[in-house]
Amino acid sequence: MPKIEIDANHCKGCGLCIDACPKKVIVFSEDINKLGYHPATPKNEGCIGCGICFYTCPEPESITVYKEDKSA
Amino acid sequence: MNIFLRKPKGFYDVYLRSPASDKTNTHYCPGCGHGIIHKLIAQAIEDFDIKDRTIMISPVGCSVFVYYYFDTGNVQVAHGRAPAVATGLKRANPDSIVISYQGDGDLAAIGGNNIMQAANRGENITVFFVNNAIYGMTGGQMAPTTMIGQKTMTSPYGRNIYNEGYPLKVVELLATFEATTYLERVSIMDAASINKARNAVRKAIQCQIDNKGFSLVEILSTCPSNWKMSPVEAKKWIKTDMITYFTPHVTKDKINERESHKVEKIRLNSEETKSKLDLPEKRDLVKIDMSSVKEKYKNPRIKIAGFGGQGVLILGNMLAIAGMEEGFNVTWLPSYGPEMRGGTANCHVRIDEKPIGAPSVAKADVLIAMNKPSLEKFEKEEYLESGALLIYNTTLIDIEPSRKDVDIIAIPATKMADDMGDLKVANMIIIGAYMEKTKLINEEALERALQTGVKRKNLMDLNKKAIKAGMDFVKNLK
Ligand SMILES: Cc1ncc(C[n+]2csc(CCOP(=O)(O)OP(=O)(O)O)c2C)c(N)n1
Ligand code: SF4
Ligand code: SF4
Ligand code: SF4
Ligand SMILES: [Mg+2]
Repeated sequence: MPKIEIDANHCKGCGLCIDACPKKVIVFSEDINKLGYHPATPKNEGCIGCGICFYTCPEPESITVYKEDKSA
Repeated sequence: MNIFLRKPKGFYDVYLRSPASDKTNTHYCPGCGHGIIHKLIAQAIEDFDIKDRTIMISPVGCSVFVYYYFDTGNVQVAHGRAPAVATGLKRANPDSIVISYQGDGDLAAIGGNNIMQAANRGENITVFFVNNAIYGMTGGQMAPTTMIGQKTMTSPYGRNIYNEGYPLKVVELLATFEATTYLERVSIMDAASINKARNAVRKAIQCQIDNKGFSLVEILSTCPSNWKMSPVEAKKWIKTDMITYFTPHVTKDKINERESHKVEKIRLNSEETKSKLDLPEKRDLVKIDMSSVKEKYKNPRIKIAGFGGQGVLILGNMLAIAGMEEGFNVTWLPSYGPEMRGGTANCHVRIDEKPIGAPSVAKADVLIAMNKPSLEKFEKEEYLESGALLIYNTTLIDIEPSRKDVDIIAIPATKMADDMGDLKVANMIIIGAYMEKTKLINEEALERALQTGVKRKNLMDLNKKAIKAGMDFVKNLK
């Protein structure tokens, strides 16, 4: 199953990924990060690894997307 | 499980240039479109493996710190001037990939002419034009691209077409220029659009790699902070309010039609250029030293005056260049004006051990008077220092100087020149006299000055002869 990771301290809580995820598998965390925002956090259940969240996110290193390598 | 998407390697791992304590986050507001666009560019740089030969140009605007983030060559430039700097960088380094990143205030307002000229020249550069319909950095003033009705700090009632005109359509404008190769407008309003933007970014860079000429991608972006919207609302606003006017489209694509043309690197030091420009041989700069010169002839403020046509300006110019050849600081200030046509001409020359603040000479300590009106005017106390050196042309001046507190050389320069067969060398005779008297400039330096300054090489020998005659004249006075 594909999944994503969000580095909480590199997220500015803008909510763009949450809005854009076609599977609605990203939510805001209750926690407050170092930057003072509620970071986005993945639920992953149902993630299709489409990468939309990655390209929607303005922060260089908050989102990483993992996927099965089909060629391997 | 493998990593599919992660921070592109086009970015630095750590932003060491940022003065912030946190050197891994960007300075952008939450949800700012700049970050999304940066990622697309950084990813293309990684994928094309061009990090080592890419030069990013940071503009003035919120993206002024592009150089914090991109692990490439970086230059930060004055507001709107990125296309001019890009031109220089690309022409000096034809193998580099030069990317100009500019906002709409930067590119379409203050830099409007810059981008037009670079596009019209068809520079082989890539421009990413981030149109967020506002001046973001300075707090939300109206830009040329602000939408009709859009409220900004400087259009508080909304942009009004009768007052501020229509939003400027940059890609459509540049498409009318024959030389532009690839122009497209994209947006970041949704996932599909970002994907299109990603492709356009790559295509534009590829266009440059293939030496196909000028490419520009206009990216409709967001400024949630100044639009006073949430990042999600801001993206929707592109869809509802921007694309209706700024239609996303491939405005021009001549990539397949264009021949690959690589700019030739201009080698300023090559022998060829040297001979083309007629440059003298390269020498070491002489140390600034007037210690061998008599105290009263050091650091002269020279005024040279005469009829237009007597070579007064050239005289001053040659003295200044020769001074420069000696390694001194020099200035030459010609006086242009209607009086030059047949009337009087004059120029000011300064030759100094120290840097020169002002090139104009109000009160001279050397006066060279080539005709009578010049002597009459400039020997007056307000124009000439006591103890000054006064050289005057007796052929055309039939009076004696009234000043008795100055050193005087009375020399029939025009007559001497006439005897040599060319009235025009009277000025060179005067130079010779000045050199012999002051020893400020040696013959070698003057000869080099002549090589730079005298256009007609067949006159070289005559000029040298005239200088010698002037020197001999002064020698014989002793
Ligand atoms: C010569 C000069 N004039 C004006 C400014 C002030 N100034 C700084 S940024 C800016 C506008 C930037 O707007 P834009 O290019 O749209 O960039 P954004 O911040 O929106 O990305 C202005 C006018 C300046 N820095 N330098
Ligand atoms: S990869 Fe696609 S499905 Fe998975 S979290 Fe991101 S946007 Fe949602
Ligand atoms: S888009 Fe990026 S910065 Fe914004 S909430 Fe999602 S992870 Fe955080
Ligand atoms: S002011 Fe606007 S353009 Fe500038 S960083 Fe903030 S959101 Fe981005
Ligand atoms: Mg702007």
